[in-house]
Amino acid sequence: MSGARVEILAGIRRSLRRGPLDGPTEAELRARVAAHRRNLVPARAAALDHAGQIDLFVAMTEAAQATVTRVPSAAAIPEAVARFLAAENLPAELVVAPDPGLDDIPWETRPLLRIRRGRPEPEDAVSLTPCFAAVAETGTLMLVSGAKTPTTLNFLPDTHIAVVRAGQIVASYEDGWDRLRAATVPAAPAPGLPRTVNFITGPSRTGDIEQRIVLGAHGPRRLHIVVVDDRQESDGQEAKDGQTQG
Amino acid sequence: MLATSRNFEANARAGLADRNLQRALAMMTESGFPARRREAVAALPEFEALREVGSAIKEHTLANLDFYLELYEANVIAAGGEVHWARTPEEARDAVLRICRAAHSRTVTKGKSMIAEEIGLNDFLEANRITPVETDLGEYIIQLRHEPPSHLIAPAMHLVKEQVADTFRAEHRTLDPGRPLAEPRQLCDEARALLRPRFLAADVGITGANFLVAETGSSIIVTNEGNGDLTQTLPRVHIVLASLEKLVPSFEDAASLLRVLARSATGQEFSSYTTVSTGPRRPGDLDGPEAYHVVLLDNGRSAMLGGEFHDMLRCIRCGACMNHCPVYAAVGGHAYGWVYPGPMGAVLTPSLIGIDEAAALPNASTLCGRCESVCPVKIPLPKMLRHWREREFARKLTPRVWRSGLSLWAWVARRPALYHALTEIASRGLGWAGGRRGRFRSLPFAGGWTAVRDLPAPEGRSFHRLWAERLKRARTR
Repeated sequence: MSGARVEILAGIRRSLRRGPLDGPTEAELRARVAAHRRNLVPARAAALDHAGQIDLFVAMTEAAQATVTRVPSAAAIPEAVARFLAAENLPAELVVAPDPGLDDIPWETRPLLRIRRGRPEPEDAVSLTPCFAAVAETGTLMLVSGAKTPTTLNFLPDTHIAVVRAGQIVASYEDGWDRLRAATVPAAPAPGLPRTVNFITGPSRTGDIEQRIVLGAHGPRRLHIVVVDDRQESDGQEAKDGQTQG
Repeated sequence: MLATSRNFEANARAGLADRNLQRALAMMTESGFPARRREAVAALPEFEALREVGSAIKEHTLANLDFYLELYEANVIAAGGEVHWARTPEEARDAVLRICRAAHSRTVTKGKSMIAEEIGLNDFLEANRITPVETDLGEYIIQLRHEPPSHLIAPAMHLVKEQVADTFRAEHRTLDPGRPLAEPRQLCDEARALLRPRFLAADVGITGANFLVAETGSSIIVTNEGNGDLTQTLPRVHIVLASLEKLVPSFEDAASLLRVLARSATGQEFSSYTTVSTGPRRPGDLDGPEAYHVVLLDNGRSAMLGGEFHDMLRCIRCGACMNHCPVYAAVGGHAYGWVYPGPMGAVLTPSLIGIDEAAALPNASTLCGRCESVCPVKIPLPKMLRHWREREFARKLTPRVWRSGLSLWAWVARRPALYHALTEIASRGLGWAGGRRGRFRSLPFAGGWTAVRDLPAPEGRSFHRLWAERLKRARTR
């Protein structure tokens, strides 16, 4: 295939009527990439204060058919989850990401909830995961794969519950990506990234038959988000809230 | 895939006569994509500015495509992946087959990929005893029906739900005949239940890519169903099929294009799933593929750079142009006879399979300009359709009658005195012949027009005459 590579690159240069780029031009392009210069970012979320961004995140994700419960602290998560499952008539059984960021959830306060930590099996009906960040602009969760956060938790079970800490809510995708860059090894750009970064906005859906929206095409039919409003405790500790990197 | 673009006229007639197709098309144009797009655009004040931004990002990347491709490849390799360069569909198919064979693969799940359609991958895999399973609901339906996609993002949009139900009843052997399949919800659940075990059984997962990010060597897919994610996470091997022009420099650039993509396509603020994949699973990861391959297809694109059809390489495959096209809305996507329908297909198809094969497509347009006005990266589609018409004429592909008619008109038009005299006579004559009704039911040499509608008669005076009189009046005043 190296013949193909050489020919394709030569064909591109022929069409562009030039040879390979000269040193200074290449350096300029490298600098452009390294600068992570942002293009136009909509004012919708960026212009708000953090409380406003949290409200916007909730409104936008609800508009995308996710459901949201806001709780004051991690201590209230088990009850919120139990209530949600009961209201949806779902079994009180969860597969939970083995991420240490979820270790502060006192599941023992709801002994009827059966909890297993790990990756999902095809039979698992409900998963619970942390997120890496949440984007207010469109109500979008940002989740990363890793040793403690398997991607299949976000897609295999019929119901996905995600825990979002207030400090994880950012204005834009670019903000989320900056946090990810800061959390990964800066020296080696590509290997530093997780294998998968999922931006998730509402549950799975399809409009492939007569343009009528049906939820739960292949991924989760329900996306429930528990927003933990622990701003007093966690402001300035956002990095700690992030998922552990694999 | 065998192109039937030559038969556009016959295909279009068949489309117009297909009542199911007409019902399906009406559902799209009345309440579907265009209305949703309008709402989404109205909700984002920066949308127009973002079209400019998106267009500039693509132009910058194309102008330096060799650099960004090399950077991209280096970063894919650094992340543990492999890049396979393919000049032609054959080379791309062979690369996929080699990877599948090395993985001892028997079943391949597939996310939606237009490149897979372009290279005819499914037939090729089947001929090599590998079973491809389409997992996007629309793609799955048309795979069962052995049909090509009729729309960029809604491949089964030519069907109504009763046809889908009939297809499932005919093809799903385990389906209980008493089970109701009257509603999209029930049809979706049936497909979901049937496909879940196939996801789990596949050895190789093939997806397309909406963007390739040079900075990190990542591929990005945008979906709503989650099928692409199951496809690329569960099997041992993930293959990405992408063409050269999917490159963008950085994640920031991808983010800008993502902001216009979903809004232009389905009218969503953001699609349900935007997934960034970089290399295979990391040591310690609990899931994800063990190997990551990218097959990079050229197939004529490098030759389009810098030429008349260069701007087409900005296309991000949102489908807005066909959603807003009066011709597409009348005849549907299959009339275009190959992989890419609608205005973008009418420009791209002749570039990829040749104008000889696809000469009818650039003529399947009224040049009304709606496509260009909704394009998220401002591709001048009508201008490029005109370029193709010029080439078609220059290569003598147009019918002889048209050619001699046009030559005669051109001869006359280059002689203003004669032209004015003739048009004067014609407009007076026709104005008189039109009589009080002011229109013709039939007219010699205009049968193509008057067969389906009346031709308005000229009012007796030409524009040149009116203009000259107006100037005269102004001068004497």
